[in-house]
Amino acid sequence: MTLNVVYFAWVRERIGVAQERIDTDAATVAALVDELRAREDRYALAFEDLSALRVAVDQQLTDFDAPIAGAREVAFFPPMTGG
Amino acid sequence: MCVRVQADPFDFGAECDAFASGRHHVGAVVTFCGIVRDDGGLQAMEIEHYPAMTAPAIEAMVAEARTRWSLADALVIHRHGRLTPGERIMMVATAAPHRADAFAAADFLMDYLKSRAPFWKKEITTAGAHWVEARSEDETALARWSDETARR
Repeated sequence: MTLNVVYFAWVRERIGVAQERIDTDAATVAALVDELRAREDRYALAFEDLSALRVAVDQQLTDFDAPIAGAREVAFFPPMTGG
Repeated sequence: MCVRVQADPFDFGAECDAFASGRHHVGAVVTFCGIVRDDGGLQAMEIEHYPAMTAPAIEAMVAEARTRWSLADALVIHRHGRLTPGERIMMVATAAPHRADAFAAADFLMDYLKSRAPFWKKEITTAGAHWVEARSEDETALARWSDETARR
């Protein structure tokens, strides 16, 4: 499947793009992260510490063990700082 | 109920006036305005957000507030983009028959906006630029609403 993967804040800066299309067979967010980490150092650096990251699947906050079958968009970002 | 995510400034006075006007079954309106604070050397703040998620996430927070308190109405405005010290970043207004509900709902919405709305602040200072880190106090503030649910 092809996913739209989006990055925000320092995750975007470390990876160097705001969004990209990713072909993957990953079943979960964690499996997708493993695939990305294996690609290039910039991904490994961005995903170094998952406790410092949050994830949303189709714009819903979720966990790294969440399934992504049928999802259209996965977003990675640091903890939010609104308000 | 109204949620607006925008780059443009908003007129806090006019928003409050419009929100509080023409209501016959509301006894209390509570408003909050967040302002860009300069703790020393801050030149600007750049607020990034996740356009596809931001408004729906805030609307879900408002819907959750409505299940917890007797709310007649709520308004949330949150800006993004580049802001300078003294500028108004965001506002929350709640209207309820009684003030306790209006205060609690505004407090709840503020805590959720801080930690669960997809915004990220970058501070541009005279010493350089850095992303603002989430504070553990903000998570603690959020946790008290779960504790309150557990107590019910």
